[in-house]
Amino acid sequence: MVRTPAGNYEVHLDAESRQVLAELTTQLRDAIVADSHDAAFKRLFPPGHASDEAAEAEYREMVGAELEQSKLAALETLAKTADATELTPEEVDIWARALNDVRLWMGTLLDVQEDDDPEELDDPPHMLYHVLTWLQDLIVSVLMGDGDVEDMQDGDELD
Amino acid sequence: MPSAAPVEVQQPTSSEVTDLARPWKVIVWNDPINLMSYVTFVLQKLFGYSKAKAHKLMMDVHTKGKAVVSSGPRERAEVDVYRLHEHGLWATMEQDR
Repeated sequence: MVRTPAGNYEVHLDAESRQVLAELTTQLRDAIVADSHDAAFKRLFPPGHASDEAAEAEYREMVGAELEQSKLAALETLAKTADATELTPEEVDIWARALNDVRLWMGTLLDVQEDDDPEELDDPPHMLYHVLTWLQDLIVSVLMGDGDVEDMQDGDELD
Repeated sequence: MPSAAPVEVQQPTSSEVTDLARPWKVIVWNDPINLMSYVTFVLQKLFGYSKAKAHKLMMDVHTKGKAVVSSGPRERAEVDVYRLHEHGLWATMEQDR
C-alpha cells in the first residue's frame, strides 16, 4: 500500500486476497443480519455497561441499531472496494475498521488466544486469520504514517 | 386575578446531585485479537491523543488488562463507548465511586 502524490493509496494486493476479503465481508454481513447472538456476534457488539443490566438495556436501545448499521456499511464498503487499485484515505480507514471486525469475528470463532503459537496453528482457517492480521497491521502502519509499506505482490504465497 | 397556587417543588437531595456530578470513566479492556498498533491508532484517532499517550494507554491495556481512556459526563462517555465499539475495541463505562 503506497501513498500517491494526490494523497490516495495504491493497493497492491493479489487477486486471491481480494476475493477472500470480498467473500469474508459478505459472510460477516450475513451473520450480523442473521442476528445470531453467538459469542462472535457478542464480541462485535459488547456490552457498554458491564454490571448494570438496566443501563446496558438503555445503551443497547439507544445505539444498537446505529452501531449495527455502521458496521454493515463499513463491511459493504470493503466488499465493494476489494478490487480497487486506489483507495481514498477515508476508504483505507474504513478498511481498517471492517477488516478488524472480520478478525474479531474469525478470531472469536477460532478461540484465538494471546499466547497462541502461529507455528502450531497452521490449519487453513488459522492461516487465513494470520494473513488478515498481517494485512490489518500493514493498513494501520500506513494510516499512522509509518512510511510507505511494501505490500503483498502478485504471486506471493498466502502464508 | 387569582394568585397562583403554590407549587410543591421536589428538591433533589444532595446525594442525588453528587450522583449526577460524579464523572463516568470509559475503560478499554485487553483482548487477544485487537492488534497493539490498531488500539494505539484508534485511541489517537478518536481522542486526539499524541502517539506517546495513546501508546502508553495501549500498553496499560495490554499489561494491566485495562485502562481508563476518557472520563466525563455520562452522555460524553456513551458517545466514546459507542465509537470504541464501532472500531471493535472492548470498551465499557462506569461511574466514578
